[in-house]
Amino acid sequence: MENQNDILEVRDLKVNFDTYAGEVKAIRDVSFDLKKGETLAIVGESGSGKTVTTRTIMGLMANNAKIAGGSIKYKDKELLKMSDKELSGLRGNDIAEIFQDPMTSLDPTMKIGRQVAEPLMIHQGLDKKTAMDKALKMLKLVGITNAEARINDFPHQFSGGMRQRIVIAIALVNNPEIIIADEPTTALDVTIQAKILDLMNELKTKIDTSIIFITHDLGVVAGMADRVAVMYAGKIVEYGTVDEIFYNPKHPYTWGLLNSMPTISTKGNSLPSIPGTPPDLLDPPKGDAFAPRNPYVLKIDTLEQPPFFKVSNTHYAATWLLDKRAPKVTPPAQIVERQKTYAKLKGVSLEQVQNGGE
Amino acid sequence: MVKYLSKRVFYLVLTLFIVTTITFFMMKLMPGTPLTNQEKLSPSEIHTIYQQYGLDKPVWQQYLNYLGGAVTGNFGTSFQFSDQPVSYLIFSRIGASLQLGIQAMIIGVLAGIVVGAIGAIKRNTWVDTTTTIISILGVSVPSFVLAVLLQNWFGLQLRWFPIAEWGGINYTVLPTLALAALPFAETARFMRTEMIDVLNSDYIELAKAKGLHQTGIIYHHALRNSLIPIITIVGPLAVNIMTGSMVVENIFSIPGIGEQFVKSILTNDYPTIMGLTIMYSFMLCVVLLLTDIVYGIIDPRIRITGKKD
Ligand SMILES: Nc1ncnc2c1ncn2[C@@H]1O[C@H](COP(=O)(O)OP(=O)(O)OP(=O)(O)O)[C@@H](O)[C@H]1O
Ligand SMILES: [Mg+2]
Repeated sequence: MENQNDILEVRDLKVNFDTYAGEVKAIRDVSFDLKKGETLAIVGESGSGKTVTTRTIMGLMANNAKIAGGSIKYKDKELLKMSDKELSGLRGNDIAEIFQDPMTSLDPTMKIGRQVAEPLMIHQGLDKKTAMDKALKMLKLVGITNAEARINDFPHQFSGGMRQRIVIAIALVNNPEIIIADEPTTALDVTIQAKILDLMNELKTKIDTSIIFITHDLGVVAGMADRVAVMYAGKIVEYGTVDEIFYNPKHPYTWGLLNSMPTISTKGNSLPSIPGTPPDLLDPPKGDAFAPRNPYVLKIDTLEQPPFFKVSNTHYAATWLLDKRAPKVTPPAQIVERQKTYAKLKGVSLEQVQNGGE
Repeated sequence: MVKYLSKRVFYLVLTLFIVTTITFFMMKLMPGTPLTNQEKLSPSEIHTIYQQYGLDKPVWQQYLNYLGGAVTGNFGTSFQFSDQPVSYLIFSRIGASLQLGIQAMIIGVLAGIVVGAIGAIKRNTWVDTTTTIISILGVSVPSFVLAVLLQNWFGLQLRWFPIAEWGGINYTVLPTLALAALPFAETARFMRTEMIDVLNSDYIELAKAKGLHQTGIIYHHALRNSLIPIITIVGPLAVNIMTGSMVVENIFSIPGIGEQFVKSILTNDYPTIMGLTIMYSFMLCVVLLLTDIVYGIIDPRIRITGKKD
């Protein structure tokens, strides 16, 4: 591990899919770290590669997936070199996953207690009785009321929100080091969403787990994450702490995402989404993939991919706008508002915030 | 459960009543009489025979008489074997047919489940292709063709099994295989599709994320979920076996009700045809009732609510 505090290090990951139309380059040089105990949010539009990234970490890729390069290190162990047997020893034990749709992710014919107990029996070799006792404790922890009586119920006897609590219990039961939550609330009603997020936040303080939290809804990120990575067209284009991404974003794509975020004033109105569509990953563009949709596009964007420019020790963005030679642009009004708030928060001038880049 | 069962039994009786009524009047509408080919009989002799069997009475009275008899298990006397009540004819022959049918059902469904599951697990490999071809053959070759082929190969040429005789278990092997082919093929196809669906489902993905191995996933999650829907095709398969048995029993000269049914039709033996039709309907109703009950017991989704969500 490059850093003592890291639990997971993804470096230059490349994943392609073989399709009839050709090779889809879904993940193009993704690198990020996950620190012990932190929650990292990965945000980005649909198709940006969030799910493929996490599936690759779990070692559960589609049959037509091909890892074209890079490395994924978990506690100094290279996951990409592990056999399937070694990997399944980690799955559900060291690295667990919370799925998106609770209506379909539980086995309809197995009692829920047994489903929660299963990872205990697989990884800790517990007998059924001990495992069921632990499962019961877990179900109580995630807020299943009257858990003793309900442990022998089947999934269809629970509501969506309750089922997602059960899925969370399954993920947590072996005290994993890493939890991957891929849009864990997208399939739920808004009110239930909030409850599940509250539960996750509450559990986060009780157990010391790192979380990769995937969403395309920036609205839920602020309350959940410590750091944010923004993905576009198979690349991470900006990452930083929650404050840095929310109040001082540098990449025009992040500006677009933030502007299309629902706020109190825009509630009910149609949201401005970023115009245009993501590039075809069968044949990704040579330069910055966001260039065709970028209102602040520079000539160099179409020629060369921007490297990461350092904004602070924790904040990096891959946009040519941060290059010394680039013309100075004023971000959209909403973003300037955010920067003002941030300046006040930090007790510095707006200028200093805007010129944060090197 | 008791309420549900009594409701189902009521429907069973209702179905049998309707079947009885329809068969009765269809028989009346059929051209020809049992005496059609008996030109040597004089009109008065015919009249006497009609009287003997009650055929001179008005149709509605014949119908009521028949219904009354049917309730007590009396289906009249066979026209063909005038000394034999139809009920005796059925019960002396039904054992052989039941044995064949049940054997064929069990062997066909079990083999189909195994082959279908293997096809799904190894999908898109040569194993899958082979099992698919076998099941397509099983569906498309009619049971009487298969019966004749089996009789020829294993009976006449290899002499492994007796042909056209009835005795111990040895005598049942070839006809059972002939009858089992279709249930086997249908089950294999159905099982393969179900299991592929299940293997692609989110809960299997979650099972993998829990760290279960392939065998654990199949054994603990995939099999049970793909087996449950198999119960729904047992009813239709029973129909297949019943119709198949009529021909197969004839080919292997098995003294069962299928063979009798064909004979009765050829001789316009109305009481026997009707008795057997009601018997077949009864067996089918029982199979459907049993499969529904079993489905309710093993599928937790309908166990409580009574219907699937
Ligand atoms: N099995 C596959 N074969 C071919 N292409 C695939 C496959 N799986 C994913 N892709 C492609 O990879 C890209 C990234 O997909 P991914 O599912 O990771 O997006 P995502 O960021 O999770 O989106 P969403 O927010 O909709 O979940 C998409 O362009 C998708 O079409
Ligand atoms: Mg996704």
